[in-house]
Amino acid sequence: MWIGIKNFKKRLFAVNISRNWSVNIILISLPVILFFVSFLIGIYPLSPVEVVTTILAKFFPTIPVSSTATTIVWNIRLPRIMAAVLVGAALSVAGAAFQGTFKNPLVSPDILGVSSGAGFGAAIAILFVGIPLITQVSAFTWGLIAVTITYITARSIRNSEILVMVLSGMAIGTFFTALISICKYMADPYAKLPQIVYWLMGSLASVTNEQVLIVSFPIIIGITILFILRWKLNVLSIGDDESKSLGIETGKLRFIIIACCTMITAAAVSISGIIGWVGLVIPHMGRILVGPDHNKLLPATVCLGASFLLLIDNISRTLLITEVPIGILTALIGVPFFLYLLRRGYNEWA
Amino acid sequence: MSLLEIKNATFSYDDHENTFENINLNVDVGDVVCILGPNGCGKTTLIKCLNKLHELKEGNIYINGKDIKNIKQREIARNIGYIPQNHVSTFAFTVFDMVLMGRTPHFDFLESPGEKDYHITEEALKKFGIYHLKDKPYTSLSGGEQQLVFFARVISQEPRILVLDEPTSHLDFGNQLKTLDVISKLASDGISIIMTSHFPDHAFISSNKVALMKDRKFIGIDTPEKIITKKNMENVYGIHVKIVDICPDRKTCVPIKP
Repeated sequence: MWIGIKNFKKRLFAVNISRNWSVNIILISLPVILFFVSFLIGIYPLSPVEVVTTILAKFFPTIPVSSTATTIVWNIRLPRIMAAVLVGAALSVAGAAFQGTFKNPLVSPDILGVSSGAGFGAAIAILFVGIPLITQVSAFTWGLIAVTITYITARSIRNSEILVMVLSGMAIGTFFTALISICKYMADPYAKLPQIVYWLMGSLASVTNEQVLIVSFPIIIGITILFILRWKLNVLSIGDDESKSLGIETGKLRFIIIACCTMITAAAVSISGIIGWVGLVIPHMGRILVGPDHNKLLPATVCLGASFLLLIDNISRTLLITEVPIGILTALIGVPFFLYLLRRGYNEWA
Repeated sequence: MSLLEIKNATFSYDDHENTFENINLNVDVGDVVCILGPNGCGKTTLIKCLNKLHELKEGNIYINGKDIKNIKQREIARNIGYIPQNHVSTFAFTVFDMVLMGRTPHFDFLESPGEKDYHITEEALKKFGIYHLKDKPYTSLSGGEQQLVFFARVISQEPRILVLDEPTSHLDFGNQLKTLDVISKLASDGISIIMTSHFPDHAFISSNKVALMKDRKFIGIDTPEKIITKKNMENVYGIHVKIVDICPDRKTCVPIKP
C-alpha cells in the first residue's frame, strides 16, 4: 500500500507536467477559495480582517475579538461551511463510485434506496421524537437498512447481477417513499408536517459543529477506502466478465464499494436532508475535466462536489431573506450549468 | 501433463437442460485450438467456463494439474487471458489505461499500478504498433484498432493460455487475417491459444488442433485436415462444401450451392 502511495505521487506529478496544469490548479484552488469566501457571506456583515482575526484568536487568545464575531464564525458559519464541503464531496464521490460499479452513467448515489430509507428514518424520528440528533441517527440507520434490504433481495434473486441490483434498489426506494408519505399523512399539519417536508427538501441551515464532527468520520473513512480501491474500480467499470477475467472477485469488490458508498451517502443525507442532482452530475463534470480514470476522477469529484455545494449554500443563504432549501437550488443552478458543460465537452468525454 | 485439461465437463444454466456435456480436451504449450460449431452449440459458454466466468455443473478443468475450483480468480487470471466476443464500453478510458488494466492480476488487493507495470504496458503497446494511440480514448478507435488494444491488454497480463471468443467476428477481411497472424506469432512465443470461430478457413490458417462441436458435444478433435472434411462440415452446418487444396500446405473450405 505504501508503494501505492509513492507511485501515486509520482504519477500525479507526471500527470501534472504532461497534461492540463490549469485544470488541476482550478480543481484544487476552487474549494479552498470558496471555503474562505464563504465566511464573509451572511446577514451579519464580517470583513475579511475580522474573519481572520477571529480564527486566529482561537489559537492565540491574546488577540482581542468581539464575542458576536466569534459566535458567528465558529458556531454558525463554520459548521455550515464544513457541512457543505463534506456533503458535497460525499455525494459526488459516492455517485462516481456507483456509476463505475454499476457500469452506468445514469446512476446516482440513491439508486439502491439510501435516500428514501434515510428520509423515512428522519420522518419517523420527527414524528415520534423531534430531537435533531435522534433524527440524524435515525436517518443514517434507516439509510443503511434500506440498502441492506436491497442488497439481500438482489442477491436472493440473482448473484449480484447489476440490472437486478438496480431494479431492486428502485423497488425498495419506492417502497420507502410510500412509507414517507404515510408519515406525512399522519403528521400534525401545523407542527410536524412542515418539519418533515423541510427536511426532505434538504438544508444545511441548522447544522451544528457536533453533527458535522459525527458524520465526518464515516464520510472520510468511506472516501479513503474508495480511493484505495480506485484501480479496482476502473477495472470493475469495464464490465463483470472482463474484470473477472482480470482476476477481480467482482461480487466481493462490489459489496465493499456499495457498503462504503452507502455509509458515505447515509452520513451526508443524515445532516443535510435529501439533496438530489449533485451525486449524479458532479461525476460527469469530473469526467469531462479529467477523464474516467478513478485515480484522477475521485479527487476531482471531491473538489468539484465540495465547491458546488459551498456555492449553492452561499446562494441559498443570501438569495432571499428567508433561506431557500438547498435541494431546490442544486437543481435550479446545477441543471443549466451541466447542460452548458455537456454541450462544450461531450465529444471529448463520451 | 497438459497445460490445460478439460475432463468430462458438463454445464447447465437452469439444471434442466445441459448447454454442453462430457467435453474432454487437452491443450499443450504452443497449441492453437480452434473450436468450430454452429450458433448456439455452447462454444462461448464452454470458453467462459475455462476462467470461471461460469462454473461447471459436472467435470473438472485443470490448469497445470490444479483444479480451477480450488484456485482464486486472481491466480486463474495470471494463467489465462481472455478477450470477449463483444465489448460494450461505457466509459472512455485511454488506450494506455485500458492496456494497463491487464496488469491487475499481478497486484495485491490494495495495490495500484507502478513503474514496472507502466513499462510492460508500453512494451505491449509497441508490440502491436498502437503506441502512438496511447493517450486517445479507446472508444474513438476503429474495430480493428480496438481489437489490437485488447490483444495488448491480454499480453500485458502475461498469461500462458489465451482464450479468444470469435476474435475475428467484427473485423474486415484484412483485419481478420492480421488477427490470425497475431495469433500465430503469440503461439510461436509459447502461449497456448483456444479460440472459437465460425470460419473453417481460419482453422486451416492458424490452428494445429480443431474441436468440432455439435449438439452439446465434441464430435471430433484432431488436426484441421482430419476434422474439416466434406462429410463433417455437411453434418454440422447442413450445407454443401468443397475442400480444396490451394497450395501444398494450405487447404480451404468453400461453400457451394446444392
